[in-house]
Amino acid sequence: MNRRSLRGRKTRDLAVRTLSALAACVGIFALGWILWVVIQRGAAAINWEMFVKSVTPPGVAGGGVGNALLGSAMLVGVAALFGVPVGILAGVYLAEFGRHTRLGAMVRFSANVMMGIPSIIVGLFVFALIVAPMQHYSGWAGAVALAILMVPVVSRTTEDMLALVPNSLRESALALGAPRWKATVQVVFRAAKAGLLTGVLLAVARVSGETAPLLFTSLNSPYWPQSLNGPTANLTVTIFNCAMSPYPDWQRLAWGASLIVTVGVLALNVSSRFMLKRGSGD
Amino acid sequence: MDARPKIRVRGLNFFYGANQALLDNSLDIAANKVTAVIGPSGCGKSTHIRVYNRVYALYRDQRAEGEVLLDGENILSPDVDLIELRRRVGMIFQRPTPFPMSVLENVAYGLRLHYALSRDEVAGRAEAALRQAALWEEVKDKLDRPGTSLSGGQQQRLCIARALAVEPEVLLMDEPTSAIDPVATAKIEDLVELLKERYTIVIVTHNMQQAARISDFTAFFFQGQIVEFGPTEQIFTRPRMKQTEDYVTGRFG
Repeated sequence: MNRRSLRGRKTRDLAVRTLSALAACVGIFALGWILWVVIQRGAAAINWEMFVKSVTPPGVAGGGVGNALLGSAMLVGVAALFGVPVGILAGVYLAEFGRHTRLGAMVRFSANVMMGIPSIIVGLFVFALIVAPMQHYSGWAGAVALAILMVPVVSRTTEDMLALVPNSLRESALALGAPRWKATVQVVFRAAKAGLLTGVLLAVARVSGETAPLLFTSLNSPYWPQSLNGPTANLTVTIFNCAMSPYPDWQRLAWGASLIVTVGVLALNVSSRFMLKRGSGD
Repeated sequence: MDARPKIRVRGLNFFYGANQALLDNSLDIAANKVTAVIGPSGCGKSTHIRVYNRVYALYRDQRAEGEVLLDGENILSPDVDLIELRRRVGMIFQRPTPFPMSVLENVAYGLRLHYALSRDEVAGRAEAALRQAALWEEVKDKLDRPGTSLSGGQQQRLCIARALAVEPEVLLMDEPTSAIDPVATAKIEDLVELLKERYTIVIVTHNMQQAARISDFTAFFFQGQIVEFGPTEQIFTRPRMKQTEDYVTGRFG
């Protein structure tokens, strides 16, 4: 048997390590660059009016994206109201009742597929389902589109977090005479509390930055949202419209809105990590 | 055995999917006595007692056949109410399993499942259960602390208190001291001695000294079969079967 040269192996080892470190740096560099530009341009645009004024017509100075901020909060809030319960219940089914069933496998597979579906397709689907029959854009349609995007994220994290709870805890609750649903809600949920909350926050973060599903559902609006019955202002479509416009005022609004969305999503991600860490501590 | 048995097992077979884990088990569990179940790892002793409260039903591929009569009623019959069965037959597991809630809430959990009680009644009965489990003096000032903050031995006694609170008739203990230290083990053994006045106790143990110390009857399991069953003294001093003798004298196992 020929011994392979030690020097050659060491060189190859060094080469692979260097390449993978470089690749990692490229990824981190991209994130850093995006953050840098958004913060630099956005910070210049941020002032108090940004949060409390609505978008003004081009040429009229002193507008803000307050209406879009409120609209986005309403859309995401209503979407969470629809999407989180469905997602959590689906996750409970996958982890507790249908873990080894054929239906469970089908649900799990479709949740995975749904996570990969481009969000614009979901927007089109809701357009055909709600907007076209009602013949007008509405915040409700936008919230439904976002809810559809949330369900698979929440259900898969719920399933994963419940699966981490040891069976001995389920058995103990059942051995005391708890029906299965009570054992799940009162004991297993409590043990997985931090993880479940993390899943919800990540799903909220995920849809907060979505633009495509809102383009033909809630559309956008220059006005303060009164209800979700008509076109509803939101941050991401506002960014899209303002950034594409030739007006410097609007471009400034787009940068300000971008910073708000970025910081919001970042904060959600960081707080969810923090919560998971603290939750697993006790 | 003179008194009527609390549990009468006849022709019990148990399957994990296609694998048969128990073969034709038959024995009588005497009321208000401690029955020890001993045998080498994997012999089916845990599997056997997990039939008594049907906790195995959590798993879709596990099933039991035969008869297990609790006060004459076959608990394997499909129309048995599992919730009532498990109130009557409590269980303590190998590792302490405190719920993620306070000490008091842990004990109150089972109480609230089965009885509609006022807050004061819950507190009173929880205290009684903690006293029965010889834990009250150690936790009376930390009832609001998480159950998981107690030591391992305390956690196991908390689980015993939680099981006793619902006033079961039978207490199944699946190697209750294998995960805790010798001092805590001694406390739990003393406790078993006291508890048998009110409860019928079945305890799985891999510790033969423990079986000899605390049990009145002993069943020796090997490869899913009950090799020998009788008064503990006889099993340990004059076993009828060669296999039993080899095991209790430590020649194999």
